[in-house]
Amino acid sequence: MSGKSEIIPVWFFVGVLFLVYGILIFASGLAEWSHPPATVLANLHAPVWWGGLLIVLGAVYCGTFRPGGKKTQII
Amino acid sequence: MTATLGMLVTKRLVRLAPVDLAIVVFYFALVLGIGFYLKRFAKTGEDFFMAGREMTAWVAGLAFVSANLGSLELLGWAGSAYQYGILAAHWYWIGAIPAMIFLGLVMMPFYYISKTHSVPGYLQLRYGTAASGLSAVTFAIMTILMSGVNMYAMAVVMKVVLGWDLNFSILVSSITVAIYVAAGGLFSAIFNEVLQFFLIWFGALLIPILGLIETGGWHGMVARIQDNFPGQDFTHMWSNLGHFKDNPMGMHWTGIVFGLAMVQSMGYWTTDFLVVQRVLSAKDIRSAKLAPVIGSFFKMAVPIIVILPGLLGLALLPMHLYPASNLEAGQFSYNEVLPLMLARYCGPGLLGLGITALVAGFMAGMAGNVSAFATVWTYDLYRPFIRKNAPDPHYVSMGRWCTLIGVFISIGTAYLAMGFASIMDYVQALFGFFIAPLFGTVLLGMMWKRVTRAAGFWGLLAGTISSITMFVLMHGKSGERWVALFALSPDAKGLAQDMYQSLWSCVTCVVVTLLVTVVTKPRPDAELKGLVYSLTEVAREDRVGLLHRPMLWGGLAMALLLVLQIIFW
Repeated sequence: MSGKSEIIPVWFFVGVLFLVYGILIFASGLAEWSHPPATVLANLHAPVWWGGLLIVLGAVYCGTFRPGGKKTQII
Repeated sequence: MTATLGMLVTKRLVRLAPVDLAIVVFYFALVLGIGFYLKRFAKTGEDFFMAGREMTAWVAGLAFVSANLGSLELLGWAGSAYQYGILAAHWYWIGAIPAMIFLGLVMMPFYYISKTHSVPGYLQLRYGTAASGLSAVTFAIMTILMSGVNMYAMAVVMKVVLGWDLNFSILVSSITVAIYVAAGGLFSAIFNEVLQFFLIWFGALLIPILGLIETGGWHGMVARIQDNFPGQDFTHMWSNLGHFKDNPMGMHWTGIVFGLAMVQSMGYWTTDFLVVQRVLSAKDIRSAKLAPVIGSFFKMAVPIIVILPGLLGLALLPMHLYPASNLEAGQFSYNEVLPLMLARYCGPGLLGLGITALVAGFMAGMAGNVSAFATVWTYDLYRPFIRKNAPDPHYVSMGRWCTLIGVFISIGTAYLAMGFASIMDYVQALFGFFIAPLFGTVLLGMMWKRVTRAAGFWGLLAGTISSITMFVLMHGKSGERWVALFALSPDAKGLAQDMYQSLWSCVTCVVVTLLVTVVTKPRPDAELKGLVYSLTEVAREDRVGLLHRPMLWGGLAMALLLVLQIIFW
């Protein structure tokens, strides 16, 4: 494989996906806090805590496997 | 984009908010971006078809499971759980875990040491061109057919749930897969499969969590199922398998143990190149052995996001679901249980995540099919039969073109599936035609050096023909008589028939292989080094720490499997 040591690890992309989705879902959960959608168990505000979980996981993955970081060779 | 999608929408189960559309669009942009980014790293044949053989055990293991986690898998087995109850989990536990462990600990060393690029490639080394060609042709046909049916299944869901036009869903999703696989080859397919694996989990996991909160836990769910379907047993795995009539699947325990666990799942997980290709990309033999073992733990957990939503559907949905073939206006089919549960709990944002997970499942399945098709076509059909000894860049170019052509043929088969509704039911059985006998051929070839080239070919051919013959007889005019013969009881239903069909076709393959071996001349030992058990030295693991040994984790997976069987007995 050509130049494999420079490759961005797949885990970084997983982190980006989680982070972006976490922010979108968390924000959407906050926006609908006072008028939740007509779904079952909407009172639990699942988008807020699920979005929050995704943000935390995404930040950890992005930070740990960022390009140029110590673990960049882990494909 | 929102306006464009809006124009393509007709009637729908749910409506996507702008945030949902942003989630779907970001996913497409990311997978395409990864494909273009990885193109620069996929220059040689080894890079394009084998991902440079540089993957860690974790990446190879996750891709191994993810390639199997297509939309048919997600929607189909959730629907089966609604139809048959927890019996459907047999396909994730005893019908997968022992086979994955067997692949890692027993068979993978032979695939890896022989440096083969594919399963037909191993048959070429072990049995020669005839058996390899037969296996490659059947695999290529079935892979493309499966890819098309997978595509059609996804487009139908998009139409029912979101009201999206069938043609729009098929074209946008398949062209995206074609671009990123053609750009980065297996490297790109594996990267996206890992991404899709996480997306599927986090997109679908909320359904069982919220479902169990609503029912008050497992026992509350079981009580509601018993209220909704009195007299039927949907929550036991073994205690109702004593007779075909005792369970909704029409299954007997011998079909699960001998047909599913010992033949069909072994055939699928150890010889279907779609999944084996992911493990062959591992960076060394220990990673190759460990990858399926790691994958087995994740596979064991998949029922949480597939089977449990089906069971929760039995407990919670206000309406009953029906078979797709007998649907009337306003009714929903079994296969729609997962989207229905998604719509029950997920509002804006989470709905987009769930829908993207379903799309990702489709794309993972399709990328797996087309990347495996490109490898088998280029290395096992084009190179040996059409153009030998071409330079490496020529084969890479062929692989890229083949990926694009494979996707376009798949689109054709998707429209074929649209015209013949019953083809959806038959394709699973069709796939079994070739996988069950192939397991007999590969296993005998690996374990016994006396088996000859001619025996490998004739055994595989006889097993395949016997499987097709049994299928035709059991689905013909006097099918009930043949079902009673082959599946041991006239009460055996579809899946039970498939299991016994696999069992007998594998037995036929083994018997014919043994008979032909006895009357033909064996190959010299020197030609079989690295291909057969008695002539291959597999590196011992004495110097590897205990926690890094595949055997330890394989044993742990089997113990966990046993515990699950006892809990849900």
